[in-house]
Amino acid sequence: MLKEKYKTEIADILSRYPTRRSAVLPLLYLAQKEEGYVSEPAMKEIAGILRLTTPQVYEVVTFYTMFQVKPIGTFHIQVCKSLMCALVGSDTLLAWLKARLGIGPGETTSDKLFTISTVECLASCGTGPMMQINDDYYESISEAKLDRILADIQRDGTSPLKSGPFMLPEPAGAQGKS
Amino acid sequence: MPKHEKILLKNMETHGYTGSLADYERTGGYTALRKVLDKISPAEVTEIVKKSGLRGRGGAGFPTGVKWSFIPKDHPGPKYLCCNADESEPGTFKDRQLIERDPHQMIEGMLIACYAIGAEAAYIYIRGEFVLGAQILERALAEARAAGYVGRKILGTDHSINIWVHRGAGAYICGEETALLESLEGKRGLPRVKPPFPATHGLYNKPTVINNVETLANLPHIINRGAEWFAAIGSPPKSSGTRIFCVSGHVARPGNYEVPMGITMRELIYEHAGGMRSEKPLKAIIPGGASAPFLTTEHLDVKLDFESVAQAGSMLGSGGVTVMEEGTSMVWAALRLMEFFYHESCGKCTPCREGSSWLVQTMRRIVDGRGRKSDLETLVQLCQNIAGRTVCAFGDAEVAPIMSTLKYWRSEYEELIQQAEAAGLIQLEPAAARH
Repeated sequence: MLKEKYKTEIADILSRYPTRRSAVLPLLYLAQKEEGYVSEPAMKEIAGILRLTTPQVYEVVTFYTMFQVKPIGTFHIQVCKSLMCALVGSDTLLAWLKARLGIGPGETTSDKLFTISTVECLASCGTGPMMQINDDYYESISEAKLDRILADIQRDGTSPLKSGPFMLPEPAGAQGKS
Repeated sequence: MPKHEKILLKNMETHGYTGSLADYERTGGYTALRKVLDKISPAEVTEIVKKSGLRGRGGAGFPTGVKWSFIPKDHPGPKYLCCNADESEPGTFKDRQLIERDPHQMIEGMLIACYAIGAEAAYIYIRGEFVLGAQILERALAEARAAGYVGRKILGTDHSINIWVHRGAGAYICGEETALLESLEGKRGLPRVKPPFPATHGLYNKPTVINNVETLANLPHIINRGAEWFAAIGSPPKSSGTRIFCVSGHVARPGNYEVPMGITMRELIYEHAGGMRSEKPLKAIIPGGASAPFLTTEHLDVKLDFESVAQAGSMLGSGGVTVMEEGTSMVWAALRLMEFFYHESCGKCTPCREGSSWLVQTMRRIVDGRGRKSDLETLVQLCQNIAGRTVCAFGDAEVAPIMSTLKYWRSEYEELIQQAEAAGLIQLEPAAARH
């Protein structure tokens, strides 16, 4: 139950808003962090905490694309397919992923490690093709870079190739870049 | 390289600048806040911002000081400021850099705005995917609280201003200011019918101002250096200041370039962004994010300011400039953007919800080589029945790619349809739509 495990977080979240209902997105994030998706019992519990009906929570969950209502792979690969990324190779990135993981958008590998989704613009238009894996951005992806990212993630659960604080063009003196 | 002074990106482009509070203070950070608190009245601050000519950098370009002045002066209850950090307009990636590289600049801007409108609480509505950005903002706010800039009785005055980060969860429409408020209230992000406007009935039905990240980041500089200084930059009187243009697509050096408004597209693309990435010449430009109509090579000498781009038949919008090279199918490009709008339509208004679905189906049919002669007329009719018939500006935005590509590259559509006819793949009219 969220209430016991995240008691202080929930109290802190509620203190930020004059109405309880405003806490629905932050609490849904807690639920998704806990289970990997937002389960029906979690929606019911959140409704209870915020004094809402369960449908009031459900309608919010289904409006926003970042909430999952079913379990997905441990690593959620979201590839931006909007025009700006498509101009510089997002379809090719999807083909590389298919060749390596054997799955396409909307599918999960049989070991439940990876799920691929295509998504709309992630505000990374100057550094396409790009993808988000769980919380992290990976940008300007080449085939060799993709191999390293996937190997790193399978081994360590993350990769040092993820993006840091964003700046483009990269600042003068940034290591190893022209 | 640049002959002009940068304002917003200056600090972060300095070697070794980390965006920490110490770094920000070392470069004069928070002096603007000290300058106004109890020394310049809120009404005067609003007047300075009005005089500076600053207009909103989120897309609509509404004069910032004027927006503030709509807040009722004698309102007894709470008022709110919301920072719109829901950067989701395809082609735009400037706010992300302002947030992640120099968070205190926008926080100081928020404090000045709160002081001017009399708000004691502010929310930064940041798109959910910016997990790193949200962490950086939380860290910066913790620093600012510890230093007494944010919280109860800031800097020993009687003013209390609290700022919180609120993460969205993946919905383009929440960048529309009233949808943002709905979302912040814990509901589906459906735009509200206006009037009443947020200035009187905003967040929790209280007077509220919503400003974009880049707009807010300009404020400390305007306070420190004066309205006249700012008003003289760029293309006054209607387009003062710099803009951070986000250049993407087929250019040699994509990136964020801060330049005075009024430089031409040619200068931005060929001098700042390094020109085209290959031998292929330029074919099309989207000057202000996905919602802005396409322009052609004939528009390269159009000045990048609000009025000039509008006169050329497009809009400066969010500053996202996307460049496409010869060989790019304009029908395909318009379809990609249409798919975006179809995915992001919130579903509130019938013309947009149903129309976007029809538009995507019709466009897909044409691109897939199954187009029919009547499709072009269908597209135009659909577009005309969406634009101007919805609660928010999304309806006008979603028809821009199709209408503008039809205007300049109609032959590409016709060619695809003729090929489909020649291949004998024309199917009978379907008995019913896909649903």
